[in-house]
Amino acid sequence: MKKSVLFDFIVDRENNQIRVDRSFQAPLDLVWAAWTEAEILDHWWAPRPYRNETKSMDFRPGGRWHYAMLSPEGERHWCYFDYATIEHQKFYSGKDGFCDENGVATNIAPNMQWHNEFEDRGTDTVVHVHISFHKPEDLETIVNMGFKEGFTMGMGNLDEYFAALFNR
Amino acid sequence: MRYNLISTIFYAIKGLRIYLQSIRCITMFSMRRDIFQAIADPTRRAIIMLLAVQSLTPNALAAHFQVSRQAISKHLQILTECEVLAPEQKGREIQYHLKADKMKDIEKWLEQFRALMARRFEQLDEVLNQLKRGS
Repeated sequence: MKKSVLFDFIVDRENNQIRVDRSFQAPLDLVWAAWTEAEILDHWWAPRPYRNETKSMDFRPGGRWHYAMLSPEGERHWCYFDYATIEHQKFYSGKDGFCDENGVATNIAPNMQWHNEFEDRGTDTVVHVHISFHKPEDLETIVNMGFKEGFTMGMGNLDEYFAALFNR
Repeated sequence: MRYNLISTIFYAIKGLRIYLQSIRCITMFSMRRDIFQAIADPTRRAIIMLLAVQSLTPNALAAHFQVSRQAISKHLQILTECEVLAPEQKGREIQYHLKADKMKDIEKWLEQFRALMARRFEQLDEVLNQLKRGS
């Protein structure tokens, strides 16, 4: 019997947070490695048809993951993740943002604060993701910036998404 | 132009409701701030559709409904707090207009972000399966 997958996506606008809980059918050490090692991250972080390419990875407090998401047309969307706190196989936190190929941030403020917690449940693992925005306006800024950066992830626009839902 | 706006808003509202039902997405808001709460009520959905056509005063809106003028005021208050509507002084009257762009943009981004996370996690599922098999 296939174990059901937990996936909660909670938007808490009052506290300017997004909380995501997702279970993975793998032990904690594998899941932790998948989230923190560049070789593995490059296989899943960018949504297909995009491909993830790490330029540099320094997984330690104060360190940075510098990577690009490569579009099928060959465009690179450069991103960074600056690590703040790390506790091995328990949690890590940091800030992400858009940048250029030299790692120079393209906006003054980072996009979002992340705090990822890893819950050991034996044969499976739950990752609790906490994303926060400092001010309500930050979400609006990110929305506008996201559209400006042109990173639409090939997901299609909202109308198409809903049209697909209706046609099921 | 108006027709496109109305049809987009109609589908956005309809889609947002289905989105809530079909995906286990729990939104925790106070009563006042929740855009999903805003559209959960049928009278409020009707108000949004009316204002998609043109800006209206509270009295002109209330004329469309059986409910009391106070009930309409309450709905307008909730919709304003959710920033779906905004009041504007037009001479001696207040008119409400739809803040369609904001509603669309933020919800569109949230949906894209949720879809991004979902897609990433499905890919991670595959990667973890391969790792478990030791390949």
